[in-house]
Amino acid sequence: MNRAFVFLAGAGLCLLALTGLLFRSAATVRQQGNTVRDMTEIAACLRLTDISFSHDARYTRHPSQADLFSAFQDHPGSIEHFPSGSVSAPPDFSGIGTAISAGKR
Amino acid sequence: MSLTKHINILDYTLLSLLRRKFRNAGIILVFSLVICITGSVLLLTYAFKREAVLVLGNVPELIVQKMTAGRHELIPVSLGEEISRIPGVSGVEPRYWGYYFDSFTKANYTVVTPGGRLSEGNKLLQGRLPSAEEKGVAAIGGGIARTRFLGIDDDLALFSPDGKLRNFRVVGIFQAPSELLTFDLIVIGKGDLQELFSLPPGIATDLVVGVRNETEAPVIARKIRERIPDSRPILRREIIRTYDAVFSWRSGLILTLFAGALAAFAILAWDKATGLSADERREIGILKALGWETSDILEMKFWEGVAISLTSFFLGILAAYAHIFFFDAALFAPALKGWSVIYPRFHLVPFIDPYQIATLLSLTVIPYIASTIIPSWKAAVTDPDEVVRG
Repeated sequence: MNRAFVFLAGAGLCLLALTGLLFRSAATVRQQGNTVRDMTEIAACLRLTDISFSHDARYTRHPSQADLFSAFQDHPGSIEHFPSGSVSAPPDFSGIGTAISAGKR
Repeated sequence: MSLTKHINILDYTLLSLLRRKFRNAGIILVFSLVICITGSVLLLTYAFKREAVLVLGNVPELIVQKMTAGRHELIPVSLGEEISRIPGVSGVEPRYWGYYFDSFTKANYTVVTPGGRLSEGNKLLQGRLPSAEEKGVAAIGGGIARTRFLGIDDDLALFSPDGKLRNFRVVGIFQAPSELLTFDLIVIGKGDLQELFSLPPGIATDLVVGVRNETEAPVIARKIRERIPDSRPILRREIIRTYDAVFSWRSGLILTLFAGALAAFAILAWDKATGLSADERREIGILKALGWETSDILEMKFWEGVAISLTSFFLGILAAYAHIFFFDAALFAPALKGWSVIYPRFHLVPFIDPYQIATLLSLTVIPYIASTIIPSWKAAVTDPDEVVRG
């Protein structure tokens, strides 16, 4: 009988801990609201377009401003040697209308 | 009565699990690890995406680059006049920025000019921001301050392309919580930046286009492309979408790297859960012979699945939370940050999507319980004598 209660109590504690962490997260998000607001103000004031996360190449420092194509596979998702570049998504070409027809009309 | 019976069955189940404690502890350990890795990826990418989208929510609506030979080129400021004549455009401003390679530290910095003033209450800047017209002063990111051992009123020395050393008095240092945005920034006045990079007058890095009605931005971007064919307009929504795509890609890639481990665990769990060992079959036979109903056997197996999968889930998800938000994603961060000389010390705001946690719970706990119950049901409906004799 004791084992069952110990297990249920343990599971209850874990559930309580998880719920507590969710509430903690919500509280932290609220607390850090000022920080996020200040960061948003800095981004707007300096007219920044990208977050400062990977600094190994231009296209990983400013992915949104990167060239679409250039020599030496210099674009996100290309075959190259920077780890953060190889884990960046290739550019979104969905907005570019390129109808390519081949063969006889 | 019925509650006592359930408690008793659970108690017996736990006793049965404890008899094979090393085997079950091994499964819980691996199961927890798999949930921890998957949970870490989900928490990390969601927190990154939310923070990036929030922070970059007020970036310029439209940025126009000039393209030459397929590459981003400096743009004549005079093109702004042509763009400002497009209906719906509220204003065009040149943006001056560039990269500086620091030969002392072998690091790359991003040099920008301010487009306005920060409010007095902004706590993320110690000191002040230089104005666009000021000369000889700079505000720097925490990464540069640490790498070059700089404080307020110290001099930041930078080389211009002609080899001359230029000194900037540090009047502001961005504080640690803003490192995800400002880590490698040097903010100087427009004149200083033009001299530092030897930019000819009338030339900017790109143009910031103000749009009166946000919904018209794509139309304005198309008109800019028509009037200036060698331009590349970048919409705010494309910037946001880039970050959404980058982090989705990264999370997918990490999960793909762990796919082998996930598959190995799935095979292990499937094998363990679906194939009853001779001991387990004998145990079911004996319990049936002692008078246990088939429903009791199924309940026992249900509790067994719950005990293992729920324990693993809780251990895994709590470890994932600690990994991402207490230890700043220490396992993943090196791969995500890439190769560099300076690395930002980001501390993520714990944005959590409860839906993701619920999905992870349903994808791990429920299949495990189901795969435990089905083979037990097969054994439980068989004649006890047959089951015990094998």
